[in-house]
Amino acid sequence: MSDQLSLLWRQYRLERRMFWRNPSAAFFNFLLPLLFLAVFGVIFANNHKDLEIVLPAVAAMSVMSTTFTALAMNITFLREQGVLKRMRGTPISTGTYLGGVGLNAVTNTAIQIVFVVLAGRLVFGIGWPPDPVQLILFTFAGVICLASLGVALSHVIPNFDSAPAIVNAVFLPVVFVSGVSLDTKHSPAFAKDLAQVLPVGHVVTGLKGGMVAHSGGLGDHLSALAVIAAWTVLGIFFAVRGFSWESARS
Amino acid sequence: MTTDEPAIDVRGLRKTYGPHEAVRGIDFSVAVGEVFGLLGPNGAGKTTTVEILEGYRDRTAGTVSVLGEDPQLRSTALRQRVGIVLQSCGMYRHITVREALTHWSRFYPHPRDVDEVIAVAGLTQKQDERTRKLSGGQLRRLDFALALVGDPELIFLDEPTTGFDPAARRAAWETIRSLKELGKTVLLTTHYLDEAQELADRVAIIKDGGILAIGSPAELGVQGISRYQVTYVDAAGTAVAEETDDPTHLLHRLTAAAIDRGETLNELSVTRPSLEDVYLELTADV
Repeated sequence: MSDQLSLLWRQYRLERRMFWRNPSAAFFNFLLPLLFLAVFGVIFANNHKDLEIVLPAVAAMSVMSTTFTALAMNITFLREQGVLKRMRGTPISTGTYLGGVGLNAVTNTAIQIVFVVLAGRLVFGIGWPPDPVQLILFTFAGVICLASLGVALSHVIPNFDSAPAIVNAVFLPVVFVSGVSLDTKHSPAFAKDLAQVLPVGHVVTGLKGGMVAHSGGLGDHLSALAVIAAWTVLGIFFAVRGFSWESARS
Repeated sequence: MTTDEPAIDVRGLRKTYGPHEAVRGIDFSVAVGEVFGLLGPNGAGKTTTVEILEGYRDRTAGTVSVLGEDPQLRSTALRQRVGIVLQSCGMYRHITVREALTHWSRFYPHPRDVDEVIAVAGLTQKQDERTRKLSGGQLRRLDFALALVGDPELIFLDEPTTGFDPAARRAAWETIRSLKELGKTVLLTTHYLDEAQELADRVAIIKDGGILAIGSPAELGVQGISRYQVTYVDAAGTAVAEETDDPTHLLHRLTAAAIDRGETLNELSVTRPSLEDVYLELTADV
């Protein structure tokens, strides 16, 4: 057991190093949400009401890009490159290996949430999160849900060349519809209905509850948690069921 | 495990993909310390067979034992004793040769020294280079090194020298011979006949999912599957080639006749059939 734990740590360290050495991954998974934060922060700098929507929205977008986007791309890459197959032939256990890959993604989520919270307090004057338990709970729920959906999506991406297009074809509309970039009050009705069905808007709601005062306690957001949980069940089912260790071409 | 027990034992192995039967009931066994070659054209079922032995695929029927275990159960203990060089296999692009080998060595209970493995694979000059900067041949040498770093008892090599230049092939052959000297068992698939002839103690020729012939390269040549070829240039300058199962008598007849005529048979040669001849004869589409 301790062997597998120390292997998990080593695999995690390797994934971290590989992440930072890949400039495009570092940019898209790491800098892009922070760039959004800076841009929206500047636009809405003097409007507290808007900032109180923008901050949790950017936090939710960070969760999605560090888990859903990053894992859909990464698992596709590792599968198409043959790294998954190579790993499968070594004694490292499946759980340990994929655990290292997953923890790498979650580390990026944690760092980004910390950045957003610090920016809210130090730059935009929103204050510290009034309900850190709710913030952590919804970050955690969002991570599990969107990570499993990202892995599930990787199963239908046929090759690495098409990965960015397919992933963004899902990521961008979901982000817009879920009000991550839009004010839901002024969105058309169908977008609002769709946002109610998709998980990301509910992650925004929960994160807002944690980050912004008087925006509802955990008790008010149980239905949001239920929607996220339902998507998580679907995500895990398809992530596990469709998992393939090798490229379909071989 | 006693040394009498084979390293690999395959009985009645079948593998179907839907209606397609990739492997149709094959039997062979590989002794401990033996270099065994699976030889056949593309699509013959070589890789399917090897991937079943490596634990990548489940078989449809038959029994398979690898180092006394069923590879399909994918036990950690078995994977610690086996090294695999897949036919084509990628790597993290931003990892250096040394980092990769150091990381891989930690998967195994008794790894070889990383420096030594780097030297054996001929990667000393490239040890701090990232894999995306390596040439195809250098990446293949890294595959080799990654398979050897755990000090396995049994090594699977699926077309290990495809795409190598002649010098790199010779170097890889030396590495494979050194594995044999260390007492390792090697299962090699190849479509290079000279490679099988050069390296393998025994060879199975496989086509359409079945084994056509099995034996040492020399045995396969001599056992009458193929015939000796006698060639010479006669007095008129015509090149003549004759095939026979009995070169002694043929030579006697030819040389006696030539001496009677007062002629010589120029460029006279007797060729024992090579593995290639046997292979081409067996795998030819009728």
